[in-house]
Amino acid sequence: MEALLHQVLAGLATGGIYASLALALVMIYQATHLVNFAQGELAMFATYFAWTLINAGVPYWPAFFATVAFAFVLGVVIERVVIRPVENAPVLAVVVVFIALLVILNSVTGWIYSYTIKTFPSPFPTGGVFGTKLLSPHELGAIGVTLVVLVLLYLFFRFTPLGLAMRAAAQNPDSARLVGIRVGWMLALGWGLAAAIGAVAGMMVAPIVFLDPNMMGGILLYAFAAALVGGVDNPWGAVLGGFMVGVLENVLGAFVIGNELKLAVALALIIGVLVVKPSGFFGKVFVTRV
Amino acid sequence: MAALLEVSNLHAAYGLTRVLHGISFVMQEGSITTLLGANGAGKTTTLRALCQMVKTEGEIRFCGARIDRRATEDIVRLRIAHVPDGRGTFVNLTTEENLRLGAYARKDKDRAGVDADLERIYDYFPRLKERRAQQAGTLSGGEQQMLAVSRALMLRPKLMLLDEPSFGLAPLIVKELFGILRTVNAKEKVSMLVVEQNAAMALELADHAYLIETGRVVLSGSADAIRRDDNVRRSYLGY
Repeated sequence: MEALLHQVLAGLATGGIYASLALALVMIYQATHLVNFAQGELAMFATYFAWTLINAGVPYWPAFFATVAFAFVLGVVIERVVIRPVENAPVLAVVVVFIALLVILNSVTGWIYSYTIKTFPSPFPTGGVFGTKLLSPHELGAIGVTLVVLVLLYLFFRFTPLGLAMRAAAQNPDSARLVGIRVGWMLALGWGLAAAIGAVAGMMVAPIVFLDPNMMGGILLYAFAAALVGGVDNPWGAVLGGFMVGVLENVLGAFVIGNELKLAVALALIIGVLVVKPSGFFGKVFVTRV
Repeated sequence: MAALLEVSNLHAAYGLTRVLHGISFVMQEGSITTLLGANGAGKTTTLRALCQMVKTEGEIRFCGARIDRRATEDIVRLRIAHVPDGRGTFVNLTTEENLRLGAYARKDKDRAGVDADLERIYDYFPRLKERRAQQAGTLSGGEQQMLAVSRALMLRPKLMLLDEPSFGLAPLIVKELFGILRTVNAKEKVSMLVVEQNAAMALELADHAYLIETGRVVLSGSADAIRRDDNVRRSYLGY
């Protein structure tokens, strides 16, 4: 029983990371109806930035916030420079751009930092918390950080005029323009936010999976699964999906199929959801009258 | 006194399909002007051209300054509010969020001012107040049209462009809506350019009218004069 509880809690910790990345995917999906395949590599690249800062002697938390800011700017710049020109291009052209971004970010990181695996520090102390061995401090900390990010995002989108404008621009670009919203910039901001969320996910997962240019590959797959399970047009569904996928993956991996086949859980989920319930479990159904 | 809106020799096209062939008209400040015409005459395109939602050639002047090379978002900031064809509701947002978005481009959008405007609009349309927290996509057609008009009013516009405000609405609702438009025009000095297929209703509301056929103005005059024109009576009013 305790072993199961341990796996569930650990699953929640990694699930939070999947949830963050899934949320980043959904944010861009809502605005463009495209899945950004480079989302994981953006997070990985930002995590290397954090590693560089920390290695240069910057304390963890300043490095953390500097990285979030860096990722935000990187996201905005990529949208303005690379995505904007293909805005009205056919879907496949944009997908090719996403894949190119993935490959470029991956190779450039490998070229700068080499493909050797590096350790990445955790800001949280080692040893048991609250006298329990059920959850490591890093796992607990990662859950906490994820929740803080989610709450901040919720407050931003729900209660600020800019958050409202971003939602409006994603939903109905024409009407948004007619009330004076600069839709192009809202999209760039969305990219920035998504990249910043991804950077947090990267820094939280790096102490667990270690830092290397391919570290986000598997995690992006779990995030895809999470987004699909939750309904790819529903941010809160994606978050729940992230936690569900994390727990499922961990429990199945520990007790049923073994660690080697864990990634298959994500793939099975992706295919299963697409076949059985393409809108996901929390995909919204809107009633519209005309 | 310079006219509020001067359009001269305006051309517009969707891709290779040319819709406006040198349309010209003038609107005085404080007036309600209507553009009449059959389906496909270019009424909606004219309104879209004024907001630069479609590529144009020719000159558009608002309060004397050219706006025909400016971005839609900047034209809105000159306090030109567009109530688009199909209402343009943000269906997943609540009624009140839709209304708050209407004030987005205002420079004086302090919270108290926006809240006061919300109340003023709820006075005009009490139904929207009842539905303030409801997802806008679940409102009825008439309510969504009221929402679209209200969203435009939240800009505190100088000029309102209304695209088929009567479309798909029950006659009683149209009457109510047009009554409120008249009040807003008189009380808040909002000029209005109304595009309508329902010529009888439009001529009753407007004080000046232009008749458009295949992308050109073919007739203009005071609403009364247009109403008495034999051709208009036969072709558009049907008696």
